[in-house]
Amino acid sequence: MSKDDQILEDFTSREYEHGWSVDLESDQAPKGLNEDIVRFISAKKNEPEWLLEWRLKAFRKWLELEEPVWPNVKYPTINFQDIIYYSAPKKQKELKSLDEVDPELRETFEKLGINLEEQKRLTGVAVDAVIDSVSVATTFKETLGELGIIFSSFSEAVKDHPDLVREYLGSVVPATDNYYSALNSAVFSDGSFCYIPKGVHCPMELSTYFRINAANTGQFERTLIIADEGSYVSYLEGCTAPQRDENQLHAAVVEIHVSKDAEVKYSTVQNWYPGDKNGKGGIYNFVTKRGICAGDNAKLSWTQVETGSAVTWKYPSCILKGDNSIGEFYSVAVTNNYQQADTGTKMIHLGKNTKSRIVSKGISAGHSQNSYRGLVDISKRAENARNYSQCDSLLLGNQCGAHTFPYIEVSNNTAQVEHEATTSKIGEDQIFYCNQRGIDTEKAIALIVNGFSKEVLNKLPMEFAVEAQKLLALTLEGSVG
Amino acid sequence: MLKIENLKASVDGTPILNGINLEVRPGEVHAIMGPNGSGKSTLAAVLAGREEYDVDGGSVLFQGNSLLDLSPEDRARSGIFLAFQYPVEIPGVSTTNFLKAAVNQVRSYRGLEELDAVNFLKEMKEKMKIVDIDQSLLRRSLNEGFSGGEKKRNEIFQMAMLEPKLAILDETDSGLDIDALRIVANGVNILKSEENATIVITHYQRLLDYIVPDFVHVLYKGRLVKSGGKELAMELEERGYDWIKDEENHITA
Repeated sequence: MSKDDQILEDFTSREYEHGWSVDLESDQAPKGLNEDIVRFISAKKNEPEWLLEWRLKAFRKWLELEEPVWPNVKYPTINFQDIIYYSAPKKQKELKSLDEVDPELRETFEKLGINLEEQKRLTGVAVDAVIDSVSVATTFKETLGELGIIFSSFSEAVKDHPDLVREYLGSVVPATDNYYSALNSAVFSDGSFCYIPKGVHCPMELSTYFRINAANTGQFERTLIIADEGSYVSYLEGCTAPQRDENQLHAAVVEIHVSKDAEVKYSTVQNWYPGDKNGKGGIYNFVTKRGICAGDNAKLSWTQVETGSAVTWKYPSCILKGDNSIGEFYSVAVTNNYQQADTGTKMIHLGKNTKSRIVSKGISAGHSQNSYRGLVDISKRAENARNYSQCDSLLLGNQCGAHTFPYIEVSNNTAQVEHEATTSKIGEDQIFYCNQRGIDTEKAIALIVNGFSKEVLNKLPMEFAVEAQKLLALTLEGSVG
Repeated sequence: MLKIENLKASVDGTPILNGINLEVRPGEVHAIMGPNGSGKSTLAAVLAGREEYDVDGGSVLFQGNSLLDLSPEDRARSGIFLAFQYPVEIPGVSTTNFLKAAVNQVRSYRGLEELDAVNFLKEMKEKMKIVDIDQSLLRRSLNEGFSGGEKKRNEIFQMAMLEPKLAILDETDSGLDIDALRIVANGVNILKSEENATIVITHYQRLLDYIVPDFVHVLYKGRLVKSGGKELAMELEERGYDWIKDEENHITA
C-alpha cells in the first residue's frame, strides 16, 4: 500500500469511527450498516429509547455472530455493507380506502389473482399492505377495534401499545437467536402487530401482503402476534415481488405467543422473485419464524406454500411449553430452475401430552434443490408426547434434487414419534393418461402436483388455496419438455 | 373414419407390429382378438400416441387426417378415446376435477365453450347413469384404491363424458366379474351410435356376448391374420388360437 493510500485509508476509517451524519430528511439510508444506521432507522421511526437500545444490543451481537453455513444451499457471499437498510416509499399519506393504493401495486396483486377490493368485499379480509417497509393501508381497523383486537403496523404498535410490544418483542425469537434474527432485530423497518384479547374469536382472516419495491433494499419485516387466553385468530401472509436482476435479501422475523386455550393459524403463500431461468437474480429469503404455545391447551398451526425466492432458509417452529398443547406444520415447497430451498420445522416438546404433526410436500423441477430439514425434540419432562411426521418429495425430471434431513431427539421414553417419507417421480404413465383424455402436459403436471399437495392446500383458507394452486402451476410452467 | 395401412411399430428396437391393415367406418364395432404377446395392446398404444413406441412405417388416417402427426392430447381431442387396461392412479386428484380439465380442454379444441361448474355437474349426473357409477366414487382420488370393476366403470364413464368418435377398449373385460362386465358392456352399447365406432381388444369371446362386433380380427405376431364376422369369435372360443398359429406358421415356414 502506498503512503497516499495509507493516508486515505486512515482518513476514511477515522471518519467512520467518528460516525458520519445521516440526513434525517432523506427517505433512504445510505448503503451499509453500522450503529449510526441503526440509530437513523430508530430516529426515523421516533422510537423510544428502550427500543433503540434493544436494536443496538442486537447489532453488537450480530457483529459477533457468523452466517450459518449448515443449510443445504449455495449462494455468493452477501456483502452486508452493500445493502440499503432503510427506504420509505415516496407517498406516505394515510389512505382512506383501497382505491388510493398505488396502481402499480394493485397490478401486481391482480397478476396473482388477488384483487384487494374483491377480497375486502367478498371475503371480509382486513388487509394491512406493506410496501417497502412502511404500511400504507390498514382496513377494518374499526371492526376489529370494537372487539379489542389490535391489528396494525409494527411502528404504530410501538407508539400506541408500547407495553405490549416491550413485553413480547424478542420473547420467542431472542434478538440474538441467530445471525439473521440479530440482523433483523437491529434494522427491522416495519411489519405487523396483532393482539387478540382474552376469549375473543377473531371473526375474519387477518392478512398482510408484502412486496419489495425499491432496488437494493433489504427487507427486514418484523411480525408479532399475541393471542391471549382462549382467543383465536387466523393470520395470512402473502408475498409478491417484481422482477429484479440483483439479489435482494429478505430476513424477516415472526414471533407468535399463544396463551392458554388459545389457537393461532398462520398461513403463508410465498412468491418472491425466484430469479430467472438461468438462476440469475432472485430473493434470498432467510426467515426466522417461531411460536410458543405458552399455556396449557394452546394450539399453533403453520401452513406454508413456498414457491418463490432464489434461496429459502426457513423453519417455522413451535415451542410446546403448555401441557396438552399442539403444534402443526403443513408445507408445500416448490423449486424450479436453479431455486434452492432448505425448509422445515422444529417441534420442541416441553409440556406433558403435547402433540405435533408435520406434513411436508417438496416438489423439485429443473436444476433446483429442495431440502426438508426438521427437528422433533422431546424433552425430559414432556410425558406422553406424540409426533407424526410425513415428508413426501416429488421430482420432475432428472436434474433436480430432493433431500430430507429429519432430526429426532427424545429424552422421555413415554414419547411416540413416527416418521414417514416417500420420494416419487411424476410418471410418464400419469402424464400419458392425462394426455389421452385431452389434457396437455403442462396442465397434467399442474393437476398431479396439486393432487400431491392437496393435504396441505386443504389447510389454507379458501381464497388462499385457490391462489396457491395457481402459483404451483405458474412456478412449474415450462418445467417439462 | 379410421384407415390403418401397413402400420409397423417397435419398442426399443424390437418389432411388434409388422404391417397392420384395418379400416373402421362409422357405426361399426370391431373386435381384435389374439393370444398374449401378439401386439394387441401395442396397437392401442400406438393409435393413442404413446411415446415409447416407434412407428417404423405405414400410415393411419383418422377422419381424413394423418393421426400419427398429432400429439397424444390432440388425438384425444379430435376424438380418439382409449379405455386403459390398467387405468393410472393420480393421488389427490378426484375424477371430477380430472374430467373437468379434460372436458374443457377437449371442448375448447373443438371450438365449443367451456362448461361452467353447474353445467358440468349436470352433464356428469346424466352420464353417471350410463355406467351406474356413484357420485362418491367421483370425489375420490382418481383410480386410487378403486376395485377392478370401479376402475373400468370409471373408464367408460370418462368415455361418456368425452364423447369420442373412436373408442378403443383395451382388455376392458380383464379383472371384471360377470355383473361388472354386464354394466360396462351395457354402457358401451348405450354410447354406440351411427356416428361413432368402437374397437374392442380382448382375449375372450365372453365380452363379445355383450358387445356384439360387426367384425372380428385375429392379431398374431404383429399382423391381422384372419378376419370374419362374430362367428369367428365363437370359433376361437371353441378351438383356441392354436389352429390359427399352426396355419400361420405353416404359411410362413
